[in-house]
Amino acid sequence: MPLVLTEEQSMLRDSARGLISDKAPVSHLRQLRDGKDATGFSRELWRAFAEMGFSGLLVPEAFGGSGLGCVEAGVVMEEIGRNLMPSPFLSTAVVAASALSRGGSDVQKSHYLPKISDGSLLAALAIDEGAKHRPLQTSMQAVRSGNGFRLNGNKAFVVDGHTADLVIVAARTAGGAGERDGLTLFLVDPKSKGVATERTAMVDSHNAARIVFDNVEVDADGVLGEVDQGVGLLEGVLNIGRGAVASEMVGLSEEVFGRTVSYLKERKQFGKLIGEFQALQHRAAQLYIEIEITRAAVLRALQTLDGDFEQAGAAVAVAKARAGSTATLAVQEGVQMHGGMGMTDQFDIGFFMKRARVCQELFGDANFHADQLARMKSY
Amino acid sequence: MTDHDQFRRDTRAWLEANCPPEMRRPMNSEEDTFWGGRTTKFSSEPQRVWFERMRDKGWTVPHWPTEYGGGGLDAEQTKIMRQEMAAIGARQPLTSFGISMLGPALLKYGTDAQKKEHLPKIAAGLIRWCQGYSEPNAGSDLASLQTRAESDGDDFVITGQKIWTSYANYADWIFCLVRTDASAKKHDGISFILFDMTSKGVSTKPILLISGRSPFCETFFDNVRVPKSHVVGTVNRGWDVAKYLLQHERAMISGMGERGVGRPLGQIAADSVGTDAQGRLEDSMLRGQIASFEIDEAALSAAAERAVDLAKAGQSHPAFSSAMKYYGTELNKRRYEILMSAGGIDALEWESERSKGGARPRAWLRTKANSIEGGTSEVMLGIVAKRILDLPGA
Repeated sequence: MPLVLTEEQSMLRDSARGLISDKAPVSHLRQLRDGKDATGFSRELWRAFAEMGFSGLLVPEAFGGSGLGCVEAGVVMEEIGRNLMPSPFLSTAVVAASALSRGGSDVQKSHYLPKISDGSLLAALAIDEGAKHRPLQTSMQAVRSGNGFRLNGNKAFVVDGHTADLVIVAARTAGGAGERDGLTLFLVDPKSKGVATERTAMVDSHNAARIVFDNVEVDADGVLGEVDQGVGLLEGVLNIGRGAVASEMVGLSEEVFGRTVSYLKERKQFGKLIGEFQALQHRAAQLYIEIEITRAAVLRALQTLDGDFEQAGAAVAVAKARAGSTATLAVQEGVQMHGGMGMTDQFDIGFFMKRARVCQELFGDANFHADQLARMKSY
Repeated sequence: MTDHDQFRRDTRAWLEANCPPEMRRPMNSEEDTFWGGRTTKFSSEPQRVWFERMRDKGWTVPHWPTEYGGGGLDAEQTKIMRQEMAAIGARQPLTSFGISMLGPALLKYGTDAQKKEHLPKIAAGLIRWCQGYSEPNAGSDLASLQTRAESDGDDFVITGQKIWTSYANYADWIFCLVRTDASAKKHDGISFILFDMTSKGVSTKPILLISGRSPFCETFFDNVRVPKSHVVGTVNRGWDVAKYLLQHERAMISGMGERGVGRPLGQIAADSVGTDAQGRLEDSMLRGQIASFEIDEAALSAAAERAVDLAKAGQSHPAFSSAMKYYGTELNKRRYEILMSAGGIDALEWESERSKGGARPRAWLRTKANSIEGGTSEVMLGIVAKRILDLPGA
């Protein structure tokens, strides 16, 4: 498979770019932030996403979606990243749709997937518990009770958790923190008794929540996949999410870079354009090269997820680690080269820096993925 | 099944049947590379067999036209063939500057007669070429070169000195940049010319490097007479040919950083620093460095593949090879810093049998030239800044 977009994928990119840059440029995020918007994203735009077929991108055609793959999801994520658009696309259309279509029973799929596809259902994945992304360290308890389970524990950094109609929760039905066996995924209605959701305002003005589960009852139909054996499903879904966030960071990096290079061609000091200074030229060139190499690594990961899903772990670790490091470099160079202007809230560059920091943590940072790669290679 | 699937099957089967097992092992020494040429000998029988089988199939240069001794493969077939070779760890049957540098330039700028004369001999490994570019006062500023070619009837008479000429002492012919118009601006008076290294007036002198080896030479020309028909492209427009060739040289050098074959770094390090109960390297900082390196290496290899695919789709920037050259060479230097750190004091021995004559430290020192030869890292960044990013100045 050539490491370039197909014609259809390029057309998808163009339509996503058109819609998002028109309706949700960075000023859209700024407005939501300044207005302390309770939802934190535009429901009207989410309807437009549904009409364009984006919300059902990964939903199989049998359930009302378009049955496309991770490359296509990455194409949309990249445009989201370019514009810093707050959108349930990642949590609902990528992560939850993948979890349900990969792990759901026929009943679960028929119930939820058409609603994701038509934009009427929002969903979130509740996985992290500590300060760092460590899925195997999950310690939240799910104890058998009657026909189902009782859930007790805390989840943090639940992306879009404050607006979710459905929360997919990772919990322990057996084993202890660190063990692969004993993890189970549950479908929980956040309106259930004992669920307390606190919206957490984040540095990037995007949406997340902390959720406390206090003796929450889930019946047996609420188990997604197999009891005790959820780790495979979870890792697969996380890999899809990682590929998507890596794409978001590619878009973000490229946008910051484009804005920075433009600034180098406008700003004058010492009677010259600052882009004439070799110190800055070389740093800009290095950043360009990092972004191009990361773009290739991310596309490789997305293609592998679509073509050889079980073998995609290493390519995904490479992509997420690279994307995290590249975005971190891009936003730092972006602020530095914009000088004092880069430090002002009035200027957009800071928004990119904040979002990059969040994307770096989301589903594992560069160190986490370097460690994962080393484990895969047995050293 | 598509034609390409069929081609992949056929290629896999042919390689399986024809590549000797000895030619599927990682290379250990300089002798494992077969360079061809009038005087080169094979270092082993499997090396000879492998070379001859590949040559007869045209696969020393798979993507060249068959009339010049190539395999006539299209870009996708070439990629498949290389993937299948990599999958079994097959060595290159023939390595030469004729293949990686001169060939592409001749295919683009050569006359029919030049192509017919030189390309088949490159493909068959009969003639070994060297590159006469740098001079003592023309390094990064290559276009300021001073080697003179004076017109004399049907000939040019060439006088001057080149430096850093790789393997000039083993080469049969040279492709050389000479100044044919001293009064023109520096880029406008240069010609690209080919001649036999046994011509009267040519001499070479190896340069001892920090690795203790001498892969480079000083090359002297004292009134060397060369027919004007040996100029490639137009007289005084040699800079166009030179730049085009440099793109290929840079792509080749950047590829030196990608070594998916051989023992993984993690295992090499485990031999010397040991592992803990979970099988992790005892030196956790080194483990982190290796993992970061492997992330960047895998990403670079995806980027190299993408660069080929973009070129095929007509979407590549001609200066992109400078970006790849920069990254590939810096990465290769990192690889050897890690290898030296992993080896610790064992990697410091310079002469013993145990250390294969100091193979690792010598290779480590050799890599320091990667970011200098073929255009320094700083020159590469300058090219990216100006030609791709269109930054002002210079």
